[in-house]
Amino acid sequence: MNSVKKVVEMRGITKRFPGIIANDSITLSVGKGEIHALLGENGAGKSTLMNILFGLYQPDEGEILINEKVVEITTPRIANELGIGMVHQHFMLVETFTVTENIVLGNEPKNGLKIDIQSAEKAVEKLSNQYGLKVDPRAKIQDISVGMQQRVEILKTLYRGADILIFDEPTAVLTPQEIHELIEIMHNLVKEGKTIILITHKLKEIMAVCDAVTIIRRGKVIDSVLVKDTNPDDLAAKMVGREVNFRVDKSEARPKETILAVEKLTAMGNRGVNALNNLSLEVRAGEILGIAGVDGNGQSELIEVLTGLRKATNGRVLLNGKEITNQSPRNISESGLSHIPEDRHKRGLVLDFTMSENMVLETYFHPTFCKNGFLDYGAIDKHAAKLIEEFDVRTPSIYTPARALSGGNQQKAIIAREVDKNPDLLIAAQPTRGLDVGAIEFIHRRLIDQRDQGKAVLLLSLELDEVINVSDRIAVIYEGVIVGIVDAKSTTEQELGLMMSGGKVMQGGGNDE
Amino acid sequence: MDWGLILSNLVHDTIVFSTALIFASLGGLYSERSGVVNIALEGMMIIGAFTGAVMTYAFQDSLGAWAPWVGFIAAGIAGSIFALPHAVASVTFKADQTVSGVALNFLAAGLSIYLTKIIFDGAGQTTTLSTVFNKFSIPGLSEIPYIGHAIFEAYPTSYLAFIAVFVTWYVVFKTPFGLRLRSVGEHPRAADTVGINVKRMRYTAVMISGMLAALGGATISLTTTSNFSHNTVSGQGFIAIAALIFGKWHPAGAMGAALFFGVAQAIKSLVQIFGLTNYIPTEFIFMLPYVLTILVMAGLVGRSSAPAALGKPYDTGSR
Repeated sequence: MNSVKKVVEMRGITKRFPGIIANDSITLSVGKGEIHALLGENGAGKSTLMNILFGLYQPDEGEILINEKVVEITTPRIANELGIGMVHQHFMLVETFTVTENIVLGNEPKNGLKIDIQSAEKAVEKLSNQYGLKVDPRAKIQDISVGMQQRVEILKTLYRGADILIFDEPTAVLTPQEIHELIEIMHNLVKEGKTIILITHKLKEIMAVCDAVTIIRRGKVIDSVLVKDTNPDDLAAKMVGREVNFRVDKSEARPKETILAVEKLTAMGNRGVNALNNLSLEVRAGEILGIAGVDGNGQSELIEVLTGLRKATNGRVLLNGKEITNQSPRNISESGLSHIPEDRHKRGLVLDFTMSENMVLETYFHPTFCKNGFLDYGAIDKHAAKLIEEFDVRTPSIYTPARALSGGNQQKAIIAREVDKNPDLLIAAQPTRGLDVGAIEFIHRRLIDQRDQGKAVLLLSLELDEVINVSDRIAVIYEGVIVGIVDAKSTTEQELGLMMSGGKVMQGGGNDE
Repeated sequence: MDWGLILSNLVHDTIVFSTALIFASLGGLYSERSGVVNIALEGMMIIGAFTGAVMTYAFQDSLGAWAPWVGFIAAGIAGSIFALPHAVASVTFKADQTVSGVALNFLAAGLSIYLTKIIFDGAGQTTTLSTVFNKFSIPGLSEIPYIGHAIFEAYPTSYLAFIAVFVTWYVVFKTPFGLRLRSVGEHPRAADTVGINVKRMRYTAVMISGMLAALGGATISLTTTSNFSHNTVSGQGFIAIAALIFGKWHPAGAMGAALFFGVAQAIKSLVQIFGLTNYIPTEFIFMLPYVLTILVMAGLVGRSSAPAALGKPYDTGSR
């Protein structure tokens, strides 16, 4: 590795944000033509470091060398000029623009005063052919798949002549097949002489594509190793700081009566077309039903209809045999349904309320907390203190605003509140999004506890591993219908991936283990 | 009764009354396409009407027919300067854009009358201008019966308004500047990551907005009213915002909507000709444009096509 020319060297980079040191004297060195992984948990400081390299943040200390020359990268434009391009996790694409418009934005070819859109389209076509990145130059971003949007992001950096490409968690939004294609694309890019830095917390990807890996924990570099000299267990231990158990231990499920029955549910999405098309499913007491699917196939709409946040245009939802279709969220919640929402900031908590108040958002009107139309803060505070103790929510006090807590503790608080309602059905939508390994273990444990106590659990997650490990049965959703239900123990990622992208699977297949 | 003549008059008046609305709604378009809400169009129009009148008054004896042009250009300059505080508050200091706009509206109303009183010895309005824009007939075309009077006999400012619609369409949808302007209004972070200076774009857009709105204001005082007083603009800035939204933030759409609201004002004068004012109180007829605005806004349009980042300050450091 030492004989190779260093294209990126970051030395002693320190970046402080109010209250935390995001990067603490980080050193990173990437050789030409290398795929270099930056591994770390959420909040470890990977994205901060790459935002510094891309000119979005300025480091407080340290220096950066590009092609063995010291540089100052104060804006993304300078990063572009140095040949650094970034494929952002949340795509930097204007939805209402075409593919071509997004690619040339900021570097438009001109014909007089006008943008020369024809030659721009040709340039895009040429680039996409050269690197095997299939896109339609005239399509609008809002009409194309997430995978194609990501290819547009890659083309954007290539159009600007980038030689060093930073990929920020690129696989988070992709299906297994799309991930496979992306890996192919990365190999092609390296063949064409590009260098890639891959930000990720997924060990499998690192083992599959990377040459070297630098592990960051709490803003510090823990180690930098060659992939061929390491293994996933070793990497995981370095990332988390202790031995990690990836397996979720659970006993055999003992499903009983049906708790939730969804019959031929149809509902409109935000774009005015049906997001759910005659969707049916059942969840029984004592089992976890996982829903797998690519983002945007009706998962969010399904949860919204079940919890009363969106109106169904057709079909029925039965909870314990009682119809709850299109009832108010409060009625549904009172009927025995608890909900861990997808977006904990928007729907899980009122961020500026205290933890104590957040613990009674759905129950404040119960006689326990409300006397003669006035809130009984004594009872509310006692209740909160009990839950926070029981679920180990780390908060300075019950009067701390929810905003001040870490994501993991916010999520624990929501789970405490929802589980305490003693529901018959618990809906968990992306319950571990953005959380670190410790919090993930805790939350998975709690979901399985609920199941073992005879509750029905509906788990929705975009992380395929999570769905496979936690669920007992897996329903695959595609374009608003359940395209198949499989047993979590016997299915494979390939089988699920195929179903997630609309391919039908023959019953009885997929027993290749 | 000659219906052809009545219709011809209606179209003619519609163009007269729409001119200010077209200018102002185009002004709003630049600002809002860049992501800055501009409720201050009203105030910018007032500043334009005031500056136009005062500058024309100052030069009408020395320059004669050229004086209104001086007033018109001065109004545009004054408007873009007057818009600057709105940009400073909402772009640099990330203040609430509606509050900043409302403040500017109050400032414009107060400042213009205050200065009028100083300049015109305590009078609440400027003296009537002896020289304002005259209608210009396009040779030949204006001879066409009915149509000639309707369309080809108009103030030069009206022709300019329609040219401005075309220029705005070209600038916003065909040039790199326009692409960048729209990207800043839709997804400022995406624009930032490709090296577009979001703040500079928004400042520029707000100042263009001030300029066009002020030109719109000046067309009122330099054509129909021939002076400036507290009620010269009287809410047309808000109607222009309605036209912008009704027109779905597109220049041609905004023009169409402005013409629609212009008809409402033109009917006002038509009704007076018919003598209907004997039966309907004039107050009701004068209400018409405003009532229409409310009805249109309440009933017909959703806000779905608004720029995605409209009203949101861009924070570079947000994690």
